[in-house]
Amino acid sequence: MAGHSEKVDSATLWGGGGSPFRLSYGKQWMWFFLVSDALTFGGLLCTYGYFRHQYGDWPIGEEVFNAMPFLGNGFPLLYVALMTFILIVSSVTMVLAVEAGHRLDKKGVIKWLTLTVIGGAFFVGSQAWEWYHFIHGSHYGVILTPELMNDGWATIRDVAGGGFSLDYGHGQMITDPALVSQYMAEPLGAIQGANMIENEYAPMIPQFGNLFFFITGFHGFHVLSGVVINLIILINVKKGVYDERGHFEMVEKVGLYWHFVDLVWVFVFTFFYLV
Amino acid sequence: MLRDDLDLDKEYALSANHDEEHGKALRKKIWKVTAILTAITIVEVITGGSIKQYYEGVPNSSWWIIKWAFIFLTLVKAGYIVLSFMHLGDERKNFRYMILGPYILFILYLIFHLFTEATYWGEIIHQ
Repeated sequence: MAGHSEKVDSATLWGGGGSPFRLSYGKQWMWFFLVSDALTFGGLLCTYGYFRHQYGDWPIGEEVFNAMPFLGNGFPLLYVALMTFILIVSSVTMVLAVEAGHRLDKKGVIKWLTLTVIGGAFFVGSQAWEWYHFIHGSHYGVILTPELMNDGWATIRDVAGGGFSLDYGHGQMITDPALVSQYMAEPLGAIQGANMIENEYAPMIPQFGNLFFFITGFHGFHVLSGVVINLIILINVKKGVYDERGHFEMVEKVGLYWHFVDLVWVFVFTFFYLV
Repeated sequence: MLRDDLDLDKEYALSANHDEEHGKALRKKIWKVTAILTAITIVEVITGGSIKQYYEGVPNSSWWIIKWAFIFLTLVKAGYIVLSFMHLGDERKNFRYMILGPYILFILYLIFHLFTEATYWGEIIHQ
């Protein structure tokens, strides 16, 4: 890791056009790029905060995202927690790859970097599944009813033993079969799933879907690029490019980008899913 | 292809190399940070899954404590990632301040600006 740069003598520092930050050109500019990228994500998340604060009422993460692959609904936050954990672990394997690089341990770098690529690919796949589920929506979608609760939008849910109930969110349900079938017979409107124009999670707030697609999509694109870049560096390591150089700083530089992707997800996780 | 940047800055990259003993200490630190990040995430998910924002339509009046606790824990996690995993904490002090200072200042300004504006428009919409 860094922190050893104190060893560089002053002639190298200033006489050779070195940097006062005692960092190499590449690493310094990777940081500058990350600051500009962080401003983009900061701007997007602040826009999310803007709309959320303006509307006051906002869908609750654990009510929207409660599905698990193969198991169905009823698992609030569990899948996204798994995704978060996978990304954190892939960040850890990246640090271990960088550490192995500093010991010029080529085998170690290959091992940890391969695991990082696998973790990243797993995360991108999970996000694709999450999007699929978000776009398709709940089993029956929502209908607009004359009921005044929650703007009158209710999700149709199966009842164990047959029949339906109307879920108005925030723990409010209509289970009376007569009332349910009366509302379901002639709904005033219906939405299923989500797109850029409307979404069933917040029928009155189209921005909820837009922000979800844009922010998680932009982040997912970063993860995808990260996986590709890590793969390129992994191939270089295998070819022995960095053995020739005598240092594995390239692994450290792509590592910075990879940790940044993890850092952004920590914030997306909090503001989209937890609060 | 001539790569003058590889020669010019080689000293910095080479000086980052370390021996097995130093690596051992670093790995120990990495696993410690991993344990902290995992523990925070588990606590967040358990809290988020068990404490509701609404109970049968009635807002949970103490939700704001949970909300700010989540935001605080997020900042703690972000701090560990930036300072430890990205080892910005090990870089020179002036570089650290140059990266973090302007960014934090600008984001605080943006948050203030957008939330003031959102409060204003929210009042108009809800009138």
